[in-house]
Amino acid sequence: MKQYLLSVHYVEGQEPPAPEVMQEMYQAVSVFNADLQASGAWVFAGGLHTPDVSTVVRPRGGQVLVTDGPFAESKEQLGGVWVVKAEDLDAALELAKRAAIACQGPVEVRPFQDEPED
Amino acid sequence: MAPPDVASVFRAEYGPAVATLVRLLGDITLAEEAVQDAFVLALERWTEGGVPPKPGGWIVTTARHRAIDRFRRESTRDERHAQAALLHARDEPQEVGAVRDDQLRLLFTCCHPALSSEAQIALTLRLLGGLETAQIARAFLVPELTMAQRLVRAKKKIRDAGIPYRIPTEAELPERLVPVLAVVYLVYTAGHTATSGENLIQAELCDEAVRLARVLAELMPDETEVLGLLALLLLLESRRPARTGPTGELVPLSEQDRRLWNHALIDEGQRRVRDLLRRGAPGPYQVQAAIQAVHADASRTGKTDWWQVLDLYDLLLSLHPTPVVALNRAMALAEVAGPQEALAVVDALTLEGYQPFHVVRADLLARQGRGTEAIAAYDRALRLTDNAVERAHLQRRRDAAT
Repeated sequence: MKQYLLSVHYVEGQEPPAPEVMQEMYQAVSVFNADLQASGAWVFAGGLHTPDVSTVVRPRGGQVLVTDGPFAESKEQLGGVWVVKAEDLDAALELAKRAAIACQGPVEVRPFQDEPED
Repeated sequence: MAPPDVASVFRAEYGPAVATLVRLLGDITLAEEAVQDAFVLALERWTEGGVPPKPGGWIVTTARHRAIDRFRRESTRDERHAQAALLHARDEPQEVGAVRDDQLRLLFTCCHPALSSEAQIALTLRLLGGLETAQIARAFLVPELTMAQRLVRAKKKIRDAGIPYRIPTEAELPERLVPVLAVVYLVYTAGHTATSGENLIQAELCDEAVRLARVLAELMPDETEVLGLLALLLLLESRRPARTGPTGELVPLSEQDRRLWNHALIDEGQRRVRDLLRRGAPGPYQVQAAIQAVHADASRTGKTDWWQVLDLYDLLLSLHPTPVVALNRAMALAEVAGPQEALAVVDALTLEGYQPFHVVRADLLARQGRGTEAIAAYDRALRLTDNAVERAHLQRRRDAAT
């Protein structure tokens, strides 16, 4: 089994969804998460706080420099991630489709480099 | 220089052999290397001893042995898996059905939606068509190095992202067929209307597209759009001999010598279109094939039934509402309702960067005697045309418009 990162992206500064839509998303995501756990595809998942509360730590000549985040000066930001186990990309894409529908946003699928021994 | 026999075996057997070896080895690059090794050996052996009775089987068996040799020399942890599969594979030549399934699996891998359209086309031509990287690069007007990198990246993505090597399920098929059919069609059009270079027709690409369409039609005889694509390509292909004149100049459909059309291909294409009409499940490729079937009828009747063409374009536009289809429909409209009405339709389209848009406009303007505007439109079309043959053709039309 390979492992894939499913990451949810959003555009910073965009109007946040209405509370009832948010509620709908939370519910859809928790149903999806329960399914992942039941099917054994689950490795880890979590939503992130907004990038304005992030902090960046950089190596600087043996020392580290701590600065206010985010790391990338980009409008597109990471909102949350899933790590899932899947047989191949098609299986991962099936999960990603459900993830994208549940959280109502684009989901990027990236394979991890090493396959766990299982 | 390869003896002609080896060259023709290569054309016919490279794709199927790579497809089978990908299944056995689980890796595209290893499969390509093994098959190339086998052809190098074939060149030595067959030059002296002649081509064996089943050259395809010989290539697959030899490629497998070469791959096993390679593994023994340089076996690593990653390759254990593939090696085990190899050693357990049976030695007899593959059954025909199995070979076809291998090709289909590889085709769906090459045309996986996770790959860019450019990568899909390049992989399909390289792996299933056995075209050299340099040939593909020439066909798509990119430097050879760029094409080589594109292929390497695409193969790396297939491996690292875990794109599976399998035939889609019934439920997935409609969605997964779309890029496969698009790739085959684009290969054909790249050969047929090359936008650059001295040769208008790059016969290899056209031949390869027709061959792939035939393979698909054999593999999926119930998919009407697959059959529609094959019928479309056969009918386009039937006019290839008439499409260029004695000095290589472009001859438009209306001026073609219909005696040069390939009637065997027309018969087959039209028969297939009739069969599809009976199935009653029209799709964009089938309707385009039907349009070409009407054009082909002109070789018997001496004139084109433009009303029928227009009706079919109306249907196509409802199935596939794009400005390009609307432009083609306008050309049929011009024949039925005159150039003025057609020009009004064309002028409402947003296709500024699309070369045929300016060619059609120029033609419709010229037909209304609006010479100055026609010349301006030809000039715009010429600026968007690299192909020397097509440029010469447009230049002639431009000169005639004065």
